[in-house]
Amino acid sequence: MSWQPNTNSADVSQLSTEEQQIVELVARWVDHEVRPVVSQLEHTNTYPEALIEQMKQMGVFGLAIPEPYGHSAVSARCYAQVTEEISRGWMSLAGAFGGHSVVSKLLLRFGTDEQKRRYLPRLATGELRATMALTEPDGGSDLQAMRTVAAAVGDGYVINGSKTWITNARMSGLVALLCKTDPSAEPRHRGVSILLVEQGSAGFSVSRDLPKLGYKGVESCELNFDDCRVPADALLGGAERHGFVQMMAGLETGRIQVAGRAIGVARAAFDDALRYAQDRHTFGKPIWQHQSVGNLLADMATQITAAQQLNYHAADCVDSGRRADMEAGMAKLFCSEMAAKVTLDAIRIHGGHGYSTEFDVERYYRDAPLMIVGEGTNEVLRNVIVKQAIGRNGLT
Amino acid sequence: MNVTVCVKQIPDPALPGELDPSTNTLKRDGKLILDESDSYGVEMALQLVGAAGGGEVGIISMAPNGEVSGMRTALAMGAAKGVLVSDPELSGSDALTTAKVLAAAAQKLGHADLIIAGTESSDGYTGTVPEQIAEVLGLPSVTFAKSVVVDGDTIKVNRQSENGYDEVVCSLPAVISVTAGVVEPRYPSFKGIMAAKSKPVDTVTAADLGITPVGWGGAFQQITGIEQAPARQAGEIVEDDGEAHLKIVAFLENLKVI
Repeated sequence: MSWQPNTNSADVSQLSTEEQQIVELVARWVDHEVRPVVSQLEHTNTYPEALIEQMKQMGVFGLAIPEPYGHSAVSARCYAQVTEEISRGWMSLAGAFGGHSVVSKLLLRFGTDEQKRRYLPRLATGELRATMALTEPDGGSDLQAMRTVAAAVGDGYVINGSKTWITNARMSGLVALLCKTDPSAEPRHRGVSILLVEQGSAGFSVSRDLPKLGYKGVESCELNFDDCRVPADALLGGAERHGFVQMMAGLETGRIQVAGRAIGVARAAFDDALRYAQDRHTFGKPIWQHQSVGNLLADMATQITAAQQLNYHAADCVDSGRRADMEAGMAKLFCSEMAAKVTLDAIRIHGGHGYSTEFDVERYYRDAPLMIVGEGTNEVLRNVIVKQAIGRNGLT
Repeated sequence: MNVTVCVKQIPDPALPGELDPSTNTLKRDGKLILDESDSYGVEMALQLVGAAGGGEVGIISMAPNGEVSGMRTALAMGAAKGVLVSDPELSGSDALTTAKVLAAAAQKLGHADLIIAGTESSDGYTGTVPEQIAEVLGLPSVTFAKSVVVDGDTIKVNRQSENGYDEVVCSLPAVISVTAGVVEPRYPSFKGIMAAKSKPVDTVTAADLGITPVGWGGAFQQITGIEQAPARQAGEIVEDDGEAHLKIVAFLENLKVI
């Protein structure tokens, strides 16, 4: 299907003038540079090097990094909307800076001055890229059951274990590794720490690229740590046993980002469906005028708008400095389930064309489930939400 | 080297435009954006100043309601400062009045070795303002520049013509109009957008610049009527029964393009 410019945009009214311009710039970039090439890159599973370079030039990799280390830190709400726009073009591009932003936040909030100076300026420009490594082959979202262990030996640590589903692993020079420095600690999360492992460390290898349903073009890999040695100052913040709490804080940003990806994919699906439903005629009228099709579009529009408001609410909680794990969890849960439904409904509206790889809606449909299972499965997130609801004795 | 660029801020062409039947003009009271045809001039200016190794790019604009959204885009790309002429009296100004106002704005901005404009705006299309600015300022002008190189006190311009291009050498200072595609406009960086906030834009009225009369009163032209452009006709669909190429050839012959 021929590419046409998109005229819908996120609601930027709550942002500063500069942040509005950033979101509008990214939207324009997506329409001009991403949408014309995404189908070809995606179907050939090609790493989008030129697009990632343009994202570095614009400053996408520095969105979470303020002065003096970077120059373009924005609010969480703006960050969510930039993610939305990029994901509207291609969700994989949003994946390229999601973990990177979480690691940037971890360093900003918990890193030592030396760690900040060492990494943040290069992370802000994208010269150095970062990813986080949480998931293990046997653990999944049960983070506390992890088996990757870092033993204190001499002036440093020796790491053994493996991680899986680590996106951007080959392109990242820095891995924020969640591991156990005290495997016998009770409760178990007290024994968890974050180590900043640099690519090229002896005993650290990226062993395999995982085949995937969607989320093409960027690599998701298995990592192996085989007597991998890192110095003592690789410990985030210079203190052991805080890793779990640190990572949970970082994941607030991560989950808002994943929710933003889901909204972006859903918006793209809705835009295509809305256009198609006006162009395509059956029984003598455009198909949107058939009630069955019109109702699908009405529900899609409603769900997307509700999802946006929920994610912006979570982002506003982060911006106000409040604890936002419940809100970010709700946003990620709702937005990802919404995207799965909306992308399937977009296929319904396209009929047979929707099942064709010559149209974009099949890609949205394959990309949407990533947001359900990634960044904590929705099943585990419901545990987070209900525990918070109990703990807060309600929704406040 | 200092370069001044004329930038027009226009209603977003992606949104449906509205005509005002009471004035026979385009409604321009909403948010305006940088005319894409002027983004080429901004990029050209930035590249010339960069190649010269010093100096700065300034921008001038004329727009209602103190609108600076489009100017901010040019500032985010790397322009250093601007002058905006915004004045309710300007409503209804014709191309010559616009040229007089912009010429005065250029002088207010400060000395420029080169003034750059697009060949024509995307919403007005008179295509006469750049040459009129040159005339008002008493400067030479070169139109339809498809490439520009500065060489000491002169510029070498390849000027697009119907059959190819002319090689023109022109002394500086001068006014040139550049075609779309003369250079590839950069995307601003987020850092550039943040920095644009603190760049100076001097907002003045036509009277501040000493230009009167302006607007409807100063115009030598009258707009006697306006009409919506006709909707695009549906194309002809040819089913390929093995002979479709003959129909395409006949179609093109009928258009006299082959």
